[in-house]
Amino acid sequence: MLTPLASIMATAGIDPWIAIFSLVTVVVTVGMGFWSAGKSKSAGDFFVAGRSVSVGWNASAISGEYLSAASFMGVAGMVMATGYDALWYPVCYACGYLFLLLFIAGPLRRFGAYTIPDFAEGRYDSPLFRKIAVCFVLFIGFFYTMPQMKGAGTTLSYIFPGLPYWVGVAVVGAVITLNVSLGGMKGITLVQAFQYWLKVFAITIPVFVLASVVGHYEDHLAANKTSIEQTAAKPAGIERKALPEKAPKDEQWISPFGKLTTKAMDASIAAAPTPQAKAELEAQKKPYSLLYTYSLIIALVCGTAGLPHILVRFYTNPDGVAAKRTTMWVMILIGVFYVFPPVYGVIGRSLSPELYAAVGAKGTDKVVLELPTLLAGKDHALLGSILSGITCAGAFAAFMSTFSGLLVSMTGALAHDVYGRILKPDSTPEQRLRAFKWAAILIGAVSILLGMQVEALEINFMVGQAFAIAAASYFPLLFMSVWWRGMTMKGAASGMLGGGITALIAISFTSISDVAAAGAKKLTDASQVTAYWAERPLANSIKQFWIDHPLARILCEQPAIWAVPLSIILMIIVSKATAKTIPNDVRMKMLVLHAPEALGLKQEYIKEHEGLGH
Amino acid sequence: MKDTSSPDYIHSDGFLARLMRDQLKLSIACALFFFAALVALPLLNYYQPEFMAQRVAGFTLTWLILGVLFFPYVWIISYIFIKKSIALEDAEAAAAKESAKK
Repeated sequence: MLTPLASIMATAGIDPWIAIFSLVTVVVTVGMGFWSAGKSKSAGDFFVAGRSVSVGWNASAISGEYLSAASFMGVAGMVMATGYDALWYPVCYACGYLFLLLFIAGPLRRFGAYTIPDFAEGRYDSPLFRKIAVCFVLFIGFFYTMPQMKGAGTTLSYIFPGLPYWVGVAVVGAVITLNVSLGGMKGITLVQAFQYWLKVFAITIPVFVLASVVGHYEDHLAANKTSIEQTAAKPAGIERKALPEKAPKDEQWISPFGKLTTKAMDASIAAAPTPQAKAELEAQKKPYSLLYTYSLIIALVCGTAGLPHILVRFYTNPDGVAAKRTTMWVMILIGVFYVFPPVYGVIGRSLSPELYAAVGAKGTDKVVLELPTLLAGKDHALLGSILSGITCAGAFAAFMSTFSGLLVSMTGALAHDVYGRILKPDSTPEQRLRAFKWAAILIGAVSILLGMQVEALEINFMVGQAFAIAAASYFPLLFMSVWWRGMTMKGAASGMLGGGITALIAISFTSISDVAAAGAKKLTDASQVTAYWAERPLANSIKQFWIDHPLARILCEQPAIWAVPLSIILMIIVSKATAKTIPNDVRMKMLVLHAPEALGLKQEYIKEHEGLGH
Repeated sequence: MKDTSSPDYIHSDGFLARLMRDQLKLSIACALFFFAALVALPLLNYYQPEFMAQRVAGFTLTWLILGVLFFPYVWIISYIFIKKSIALEDAEAAAAKESAKK
């Protein structure tokens, strides 16, 4: 019975090992969801796992949720595609956590609330503000689900060559949605902790095996010529395939201020009419590139501190000290992980340069999956297949865990806030549980539809944009609400909306023209390209605008450098103007946020509010 | 809202102000180390490209810093912060309880 199946797989180009490892990951994930579904009964269990997850479990689960398709596949793909500059992503993904720890984690935990909207309402006694915050949970969430969906589509079309991208997105999206609607958060704490360890295993083991056969990280890096070297070194045993024309040159790739940060300027320089204009633009290239780098750093560091689906997990710690210890462990766990994805990018540049020439799901984003199969050419065919199966399993773990986490936080916002508080405040627990399940299905479906649209965009790039929006909205809200007594609801809301929405609009403009440009790249004939752009007047005029105004393009693509200050300034100005509306009991609220939990101020605060009929 | 435990040090403005100031001081001190690295590395890349491009065990210096050494650096900062912040909280709780007794 197995032989016909194997021959069918062989004709379809499916590697049985890869298929088996991926299938096992999916089955174990779904199985754990069902198993824990039997255990989680109350609405509290669904929302924050009964608030009793230990430090080790919680740190593994946060890391598991955090290491998304962007970390697992996207970082490697981006390092391969653009080189040094892409290293900022893993570094800031990890270091943003420090920022969270220093300024936000402890106070938020002491304040104690199920969700960020709970915090917004509790801090300002404003149900209206809760509604605004809920909308943002959904907005940022959807931006972050899109790259996960792209990861799913890319991986499935790698495992099953010939399977359309959108089918992969639909299948994976449906499986996870089902899992979440049955298990809730308690389920995914366990699943995500397991998936962290699976991901670390899946990213490290193949690297060690690969490096021992095809050469080490530093040797492959050494084979790339820097700007101060005359010729490239040829370390012993390092093989390099010829780079296609589309690949960046060695000096540009290994040096800072490369392709990632100079893309906008390069497009303008290419279109400049005279040599003089070209020279002028060339002189501005490096300063603009520095600006891009700083804006990216701000987006990633502040964005980490504002990601709602991560923040909600701080409430699953038993106390504030445990919340801090958890963050420390998260930082170690994800830091260890992030050393490895760039290795795939570096080795991939030497050995799989053909990926540079491909677009969409066939491009550099799949280097993690494909690199281990190179061992087949080194007389280790079986080992190559098994290792590729392991990285595919890791990729599955990556987008499944992050998508589950997002789905829980977005579904929580919809079921707990929109349904439980706004639409039907007097609903019974059973009705709320049913609402949770339906909300999961609704959000899962929307995510799948959005995911189908983004095949052309790089996974990591999309995540960076979600971070930029979070950086300009949630981060200022949390930071200022925790540390400044003078904030009012109006100030908080106008800052969050002002920063978040302008960043969102700026980013959407760049995405519209980027998606259209990726479509144009597939065309070979010049007349077809002209016709293609003529059919898309909006995208075409945006593209033209970017060529004329490269600085505007950089500031729209990476808005954090202006959007974060904008948001904070708005908060200060509006709060000052509406200083009369500072909540009456602000001192008590600040005490709850900052006083050690041992003093029991939280319980006192709740009692007072109950006394007042809340 | 009636104040049940006056004269009450814990609920005074002075206690809150001190609490926030001490916590913020510690957070900012740790953050400065972290920001310094984030600001300095791009500047070094910008003004000293050749220095940063020199080879260290196959890596370029800047690649080694950003791709490898940054992570342990951040671990050290967070370890120090957590130790100090837990000690600070214990001290605050002890001081508050002490003055509540008086």
